[in-house]
Parts: sequence; C-alpha cells; structure tokens
Amino acid sequence: MRNDLQMIWLVAGRELRDQFRDWRILSPLIILTLSFPFLMNEVAGQAVAFFAKYGTNLIADRLVPFSVLIIGFFPITISLVVALESFVGEKERGTIEPLLSSPMKDWHIYFGKVLVGILTPLIASYTSIAFYLVMVSRQHLQMPNSYTLLLLFMLTTAHAVLMVSAAIVISVQSTSVRAANLLASFIVIPVAIMMQGESVLLFWGTDQVLWLAVAAVGIISGLLIRLGIAHFQREYLLGREFDSLNVRWVWQTFWRALKGEGDSVFSWYRLEIPKVMRKLVFPILIMLVVAVVGSWLSYQWATVAVPRMLPAATTRDFEDVVKGARQSIGLAQANQRLSALYIFANNVRAVLLIMLGGLVSFGVLGMLLYMLNISLVGGVLGIFNLIGFSPLKLFAAGLLPHGIFEIPALIIASAIVLRMAVILVTPQLGKSMGQVILELLADWTKVFLGVVLPLLAIAAMVETYITPFILMSALNLK
Amino acid sequence: MIETEDLSKQFNDFWAVDGVTLSVKPGQILGLLGQNGAGKTTTVRMLTSLLTPTRGWARVGGYDVTQDGDKVRASVGVLTEQHGLYMRMTGAEYLEFFGRVYSLDVHKRRLRSDYLLEYFGLARAAGRRIGEYSKGMRQKLALARALMHEPPVLLLDEPTSAMDPESARLVRDEIARLKSSQRTIVICTHNLVEAEALADIIAIIFKGRILMSGSLEELKRKVLGVNEYEAKFSSSWAGDALKIPQGAILRERRETGMRFQIENPGETNPRLVRELASAHAPLVAFQEVPRTLEQVYLKAMADVQSSHAEALHA
Repeated sequence: MRNDLQMIWLVAGRELRDQFRDWRILSPLIILTLSFPFLMNEVAGQAVAFFAKYGTNLIADRLVPFSVLIIGFFPITISLVVALESFVGEKERGTIEPLLSSPMKDWHIYFGKVLVGILTPLIASYTSIAFYLVMVSRQHLQMPNSYTLLLLFMLTTAHAVLMVSAAIVISVQSTSVRAANLLASFIVIPVAIMMQGESVLLFWGTDQVLWLAVAAVGIISGLLIRLGIAHFQREYLLGREFDSLNVRWVWQTFWRALKGEGDSVFSWYRLEIPKVMRKLVFPILIMLVVAVVGSWLSYQWATVAVPRMLPAATTRDFEDVVKGARQSIGLAQANQRLSALYIFANNVRAVLLIMLGGLVSFGVLGMLLYMLNISLVGGVLGIFNLIGFSPLKLFAAGLLPHGIFEIPALIIASAIVLRMAVILVTPQLGKSMGQVILELLADWTKVFLGVVLPLLAIAAMVETYITPFILMSALNLK
Repeated sequence: MIETEDLSKQFNDFWAVDGVTLSVKPGQILGLLGQNGAGKTTTVRMLTSLLTPTRGWARVGGYDVTQDGDKVRASVGVLTEQHGLYMRMTGAEYLEFFGRVYSLDVHKRRLRSDYLLEYFGLARAAGRRIGEYSKGMRQKLALARALMHEPPVLLLDEPTSAMDPESARLVRDEIARLKSSQRTIVICTHNLVEAEALADIIAIIFKGRILMSGSLEELKRKVLGVNEYEAKFSSSWAGDALKIPQGAILRERRETGMRFQIENPGETNPRLVRELASAHAPLVAFQEVPRTLEQVYLKAMADVQSSHAEALHA
C-alpha cells in the first residue's frame, strides 16, 4: 500500500513540479487567484451598503457566503486546463509512452493525475477564499459562521473533484488537447448551472439540501473516477491518432449489437430478447427489492406523516392531494377517459427520462426517477387508506389490471439503465468506451422495443378500457 | 529472451503486424529493419505490453506480454521513437524520476544516474533543464533512461539517429557491452551500417510481415546469391591460359581483374589461386567482394515491391 501511494505521489509530484515551473500556468493562476477576491470584495461591499440602505439585511448577510462560493469556483475553472491535458497533453508531447512502458499500474498513473488535477485548483481556490475572508474580516461585513464556512469549503472541494474527475475522463478519451478543451464546456456549463442552484439554496438558507448536494456531487465524482479507470487502456492512449467522427463505424457497431444473431424479426425476438433479458436477472431483482421497500416506506410515511400535517392543511391542499391520488391510481381516467395514446405516451416519456437521467448520472438520476414513480404507489395507497378506502382493494382493482404490464415494464426499463451504469464503470477489456456505450444503447433499444413498448401499449389499453370499470364496480362508483 | 509466434496486430481493417515469428536469445542483438510504417513500432509496443496482440503470442524476459504486462514492462528498457522527455526537468531529475518509477533504491539510483550521465557525457549538463539540451543530448538522456534499471531486455528505436559520430560510436560501444553481458536487444533502425555492425540477426519487415530473417551472411546469400571473389592484377592480363577449377564460375572479366562466384570458398579458393599462379597471372590481390547490408536491404525491398506491383497489375 505504501509503495502504491509512493507511486501515485511520484506521478503527481512530477507534474506538480512541472506546473510550478511553467509561467504560462502560474501567472494567470496567481493573478486571478489574488485579484478576484479584491473585485468580489468591492462588489460585495457595494451591494451590502445598497441592501442595508433599504433594510434588506438577510440578502446582505448571505452575500459573503455567496461570494465565497463564486471565488472558490473561478480558480477551479482556470486550472481545469491542467486536468484536461493531463493525458492527452502528454500524448501530444510524446512523453506518455515512457511512462506507460514502465511497470507502474494503470491506477497509479490515473490517481496521480487525478491528485495533481485536484490539488492545483484546490490550492488556488482555498488561497483565493482565504484571501477574501481576510479582507472581509477587516471590514464591517458579517463573517460567515464556521458551520457555513465548512459547508462552503466542502462545496468548493466537491466542485473541484467533480470537474477534475470529469476532465480526466475527457483527457483519457480525447485524441487532442483541442478536442479536450472543446469538450470542457460539457463540464463547466453543467457545474455553473448547478452553482446557480446552490447559490439560490444558499440565499434561502437551506443548508441541509446543500449537504445533500455535496454528497451527490461526491458520489458522481467517485463514479466518474471509476469510469475513467475502467476505461483507461494504454493501448487506446497510444493507438488512436486522430479525432474523426466515424458515423459508419458508429452505426455498424450499434446495428451489429442490436441485430445480434437475428436475421428476421421473429428470430431476433427468439434469440436476442431472451439473451438480453438473462443479463437483467440480477438488476431486475434489485429493482424489485427497491420497489417493495420504496412502496412500503412511502405507504408508511403517508399513513404516519400525513395525519401530522392535516391540522395545518388547507382545503386546497386536500383537493390537490386527492386529485393527484385519483390520477395516480386511475380514478381520473374513470371520469375523464384519458386516451390510451395519452397514457402510452406519458409512460414512454417516463421510461425515456429514466434512461436519459441514468445515462448522464451513471444510473443515479434514473434510479431516483424510478424510485419516485414506484414509491408513489405506496404513498397514494396510504393516503386512500387514511380517507377510508381499502388499500388492498384499490391495489387489486385500480392498479393491478394494467399494473401487471406497466410495473414490469417500468422495472425492466430501470433495470437495464442500472445495468448500463454498472457496465460503464466496469473495465471492458479490449473495447473502447465508445464501443461499450454503443453496445449498451443497443441492449437498451432491444429491451425498449422488444419488451417495454409492447408492455406499455398493452398497459395503456387496459388502463383506458378495463381498469376504470373494474375500479368503479369495486368501489361501487358510477 | 524474446520469443514471438504469429504475433499480429489489427487496427480496424488494417493489419499493422501480421504473423511475426522471432526468437532472440540473451546475448543476441536483433536488427529490425523496414520502411516507415512497416510495423516496427507496433511490434515493439506489443513486446512492451503496450498493445495487446490480436493474434499470436510473445514472451519477453520469460513473461507473456498479454498475461504479465507489469512484469514484462519491468524487465524491458525502451527507447521510444519520440524520446518522451519532460522539458522542465533537469537531466539528473529525469533519471531520478525514472529510477523511482522502476523502484530502485536511493543508492542504486544515484549510482546508475551518475554512471550514465558520466558515460554519455551529460554530467556537466545534469543540472540544466532538458529543454536546453541539444537533440543529441536529449537522445542520449532518453537512452540513459532506458538503461537506468539495467533491464535484461532492451528495445531501442533508432538509438543513434540524432547523434554526432562520436556520440553514436559511444552508444554503439555501450550496446555492444550490454550484449556481452547477456542482454537481449532489439534495435529498430534505418541506419544499415549500424545494424550491420551490431546485429547478430537481421529481420526485414515489410507491410507488417517478416520478409526475411537470419544472420547477415544468410541474408546475403539468400538475396545476393553466393559469395563473389575478385582477383586483381598489376597489369593487363588476358587470362586465356587460366583453367578455372570446378566450383568457381567466372562472372566478370576486366583488363586488370576477374570476378568469380564461388560456392565453397574454403575448398575452391586455394585451387583457384594455384591455377592463377600457374597461368602466370600478375596477381596482386585476391579478396572477397564486399557486400553490405544496404545492398541486401535494397535488393530485398526492390524485389518485394516489384512482385507486389506485378500482383497488383495482374
């Protein structure tokens, strides 16, 4: 272990020393790190004075923490270039081959790069923040308390780790520094948007949510590092020379994986669908457990927490809850007769959202959306239980008829997203990252076209034409 | 020791290396010759476990390149086409860094670094940034890096390409010394004089395939035919009275010389010299016609290219 850490530090230390000898990196970093706090301090001072004039002290109180957040963010974006060119830059300069030809393990090299990528922006960010806080302490501005400061430092660290881990994945997969720099906007823009949300939360004073943001960013960063190591292959670093979009290759890889051994729709169904479904046995089991536990917890929450909220609730709140609940279990359809196409489109949209959310967040967002959808069932049944309906009867009459198609479709659609995430962060020997993604998308398409869409179509028909009658007769409604 | 069997590498639809079978024993030097893009670098990268063979296998220093990548890399010293030097480091820092990469202890690192810097004449520049080094100095430093951990196997891509004659000689001497200490060495080079001087085995690679391999003598015989010997005369001599013994074929006759193709020189040459003397030839010299690796290489390449052109034409 000590030897491993020494190797990681060897890679990081060399690069760190290299950076500190490069005035083209050092000069802007020092200038911006030290000058930005001055600028921010001036702006914050003016703003505080302005708000104080109108008695809006709350905003003024939150301006300093907000400034700390911004000041911490800027040096990270500047020094991101170091992480972005960590691998691809060495490749362009021709210095990567001796390192790759050494007995160092892949993860020694990778973590060394991650470490130096994180250290530089963090040193710059912390210095900038410290500099700003010194200035704040010398003025009539309110200093954030230690709890808020800790939160701000954690947020800054989380941003740095997230951006650097993403930048290094880009650096490993890019074939030129230019391409890596262009792709950097896919890091900076989402993090900047996330920062806006965090700023709003900071002004609102919702610290708990910010801690959750730190945790979520931490998890995604960890998965990004895992993704990077999983697809770090010396061969691909040396083998690829050009940035070329090979649409033909993309299509052929996808089509080959999608078609599999099937040469007609029938044989495709007979051979490929069982094959992909066998891969989903374990993810489906996980999704089933999540469904049961999630529904049970939300049912419990609804039956315990809702009564506590009742005294404070208005008539409007009641109407909203009942309306939502009716719609969730199909009672709305009983009155409104929503078209099957509408229900089908709605469910397809949910499945696509789970896939897209899962794809950009290694399954995290997809899983959350699935949990939200599936837990709703338990919550709604809990609420109906409170207002005197039998949850079992409701489940059997209002959900089960179409649910036996819809719920498996949702579970399978989420299970494939979970599998995609797991495969993505697992080393796939001899395959490029692009190839892995295309094959996973082909698997997803197989499941979507071959299983999920037919199930959702049947479910929509049943929900429109059968469930409302069963439900109405079960509840003696007309 | 390096052993390969049907070693092949495919990139998309292109076979960069196709069915390379080689064997280089400790104390031997293999000279790998070929045009740019013939597959030399890809072969070396497979032997360093940087690229995974698409087909076939290779063992380097007793380790399989696919199974024991780390061990292969630990027992190989590589001089790459691009030297891979960190320009902001000093020469001494660079060797120290790679000494640590190869887990050498402090004492060994210092010892090796001092020796190599001194040997390659870089001791005085050891404290200077590599960015300030000349091209030749950089190449020497890169070679020093490859030798830093005293690997049993050396893979050297153009080891003297940017060097002045003295430095190139120094490097060749070092390679010869390493050979005598039972190291297995592969040199990829376009410098045929260097390959001729150093290599025990020559392999010519063309479009990913080994066109021919063997000792220099074997290749000469294979490509250029049997050895030729030349008799030089002090004055013009017609040579009508000369009885050419069996085993010698007269290839060329000039006023002051004759050239013979001789299959078995040990047996035929004494008889031929005797016949020349008894025919009163004004003989001043009898020697083998020198044939260089360059002739072998150029002939081999011309032959293969013309057969390729014919195949294409057909």
